[in-house]
Amino acid sequence: MPSISAIAYKNLKRKRLRSFLTLLGISLSTWVLISLLGFNQGYERSLSTDIDNLGFQVLLTAKGCPYEAATLMMQGGAGLRYMPESVLDSLATQPEVQKLTPMLMQAVFDPTIGDTGAIAAFTGVDPATFPSMRTYLEFAEGAWFTNPTAMEAVIGYEAAELEQRQVGDLILVPDKNVELKVVGILKRSGTQDDGTIFVPYKALQQVFGVQGKLTSVGIKVHKNTDINAFEEKLYSLQDVQVVSMAQVKSTISSLVTTAKVMVMSIAIIAILIAMVGVMNTILMSVLERYQEIGIMKSMGASAGHIFRLIWSETVILCLLGGIVGALLALGLATLTESLIRYILPFSPKGSLILIDFPLVLRSIGIIMGIGLVSGIYPAYRASRIKPIEAIRSSEGEL
Amino acid sequence: MSLIKANGLSKTYLRGAEEIKAVDGIDLEVSSGEFVAFVGASGSGKTTLLHLLGCLDDPTGGTLTVMDRTVFANGKAMPERELTKIRRQVFGYIFQKFYLIPTLTVKENILLPFAFHRNPGVLHNVLDVARQLGLEKRLSHLPKEISGGEMQRVAIARALINEPKIILADEPTGNLDSKRSVEIADILADLNQNRGITIILVTHNHDLAQRAGRIIELSDGRIVSPDDHNV
Repeated sequence: MPSISAIAYKNLKRKRLRSFLTLLGISLSTWVLISLLGFNQGYERSLSTDIDNLGFQVLLTAKGCPYEAATLMMQGGAGLRYMPESVLDSLATQPEVQKLTPMLMQAVFDPTIGDTGAIAAFTGVDPATFPSMRTYLEFAEGAWFTNPTAMEAVIGYEAAELEQRQVGDLILVPDKNVELKVVGILKRSGTQDDGTIFVPYKALQQVFGVQGKLTSVGIKVHKNTDINAFEEKLYSLQDVQVVSMAQVKSTISSLVTTAKVMVMSIAIIAILIAMVGVMNTILMSVLERYQEIGIMKSMGASAGHIFRLIWSETVILCLLGGIVGALLALGLATLTESLIRYILPFSPKGSLILIDFPLVLRSIGIIMGIGLVSGIYPAYRASRIKPIEAIRSSEGEL
Repeated sequence: MSLIKANGLSKTYLRGAEEIKAVDGIDLEVSSGEFVAFVGASGSGKTTLLHLLGCLDDPTGGTLTVMDRTVFANGKAMPERELTKIRRQVFGYIFQKFYLIPTLTVKENILLPFAFHRNPGVLHNVLDVARQLGLEKRLSHLPKEISGGEMQRVAIARALINEPKIILADEPTGNLDSKRSVEIADILADLNQNRGITIILVTHNHDLAQRAGRIIELSDGRIVSPDDHNV
């Protein structure tokens, strides 16, 4: 006994090319939708992971532009202002502070990098406190510095790969005529640390002649600390800028939101075009089967049955298109991510596209929902066909 | 027992400003077990009358009763939902052009009425019906794979599958050669005589009309020659 859905499915097979092209349109729309929604949640997660991996909730920098501070945290920065190292003593007395780690960023032009040279960045860290804040850092080779003032360097995985460094190598600091001995190579962490050269901050102060100066201090606070109130309190210190990680997250997120809204708009337009295609396909199919539908009604099919029959065709197209689109999105996630990284070079490390089962279900649901709405009109048209009109259109006799 | 009763049944069309009376005040009663043939020239109104009696079209005047249920009276037709039920429960339709669904097999075409009203009990009927009509070896074929005569037999099987009280056939042999026409005429006569199914058909085929117990000639939408005779 044929079911309504079986009749609908067989009818879609009648015009294979037309059904295939409609299916392709829906699949591509679903692919775009899932990739963009996956990008939205993947980007947020990567950004959060990157910031959480910093190991501290508040960053104190010398007074300046907060975005400069944000850039400093995410990608490193240059041309920064300094604050006195004595700020560490003031911070240590604050009851909210659990741990502190001083940092000193330095950058210098290195003509030996690549064909035209590039900026070489060094991050001065405190071997006593920094490793305990970045507990995820593991060594592929070697270990942290032998003492707080040693002219030594620990290199992130990507930086070591790029410059082909090994433990025991010497790195020349351009312009300064100082060599740093590589004592450790880090494993890949999926964070900005992979591209960083770490040096004891006291040694870096000496190399760059900025003794007693820091560019930032990372502060880990006790649990349940009111971070907003603590920030306010820190502003009592002179010439400092306080940046909380929550603030950084929201600032970066809002910067990216405009881009996200734009791409989502494009996705919505793509979906709408696909849905117009669905409506056109089903409507054509209804008009071509005018007599058939009339005959079905003469056999006792009600308007509701015909509506269901035509709507089933839309459901089949949208469901199949949604599944194929989801498979495309999952299969081509790496390619899509490369494309997004090309468009947004300063994006967080880690997977930028996060496609999980709930997202796939939600996206197929959206496609199905829009598809069903676009199927209403053709289904309604079909359900209104009167058997006699359909028969008369072919019999030609009164 | 009277299955269909029409009084002053009319159907008027407007063609531009001109009013066309396709069926003009027909009084007719069809009893259970009858075999009635409508004959007449093209445009005489026989097909329109068949459609009106089969609840496929709405009259514009008169009254129509099918199995004691008023289908049309006082210028008002029964609600579409009720008409759908009557079409399903009372009638089986056979058309000149067969109207088989090309994507469905012969078996699926025969069972098509039950796609909308599931009734697993009829599955065993399909073999009986197919056997009676010589279609048992064609059940898995598509319509394009069978002959015109077989297509019409599939259409008859489809009309029979829901065990209708009345079969309405509009030029059932119109698309067939003389040999196939005789086959179809035999089948219809057999359904009437041996299964007691009431048959109302429209035909230009003189031999087929002669199988009917009652031949009604129409002209200009009116009955001009009701002729009762025995087969």
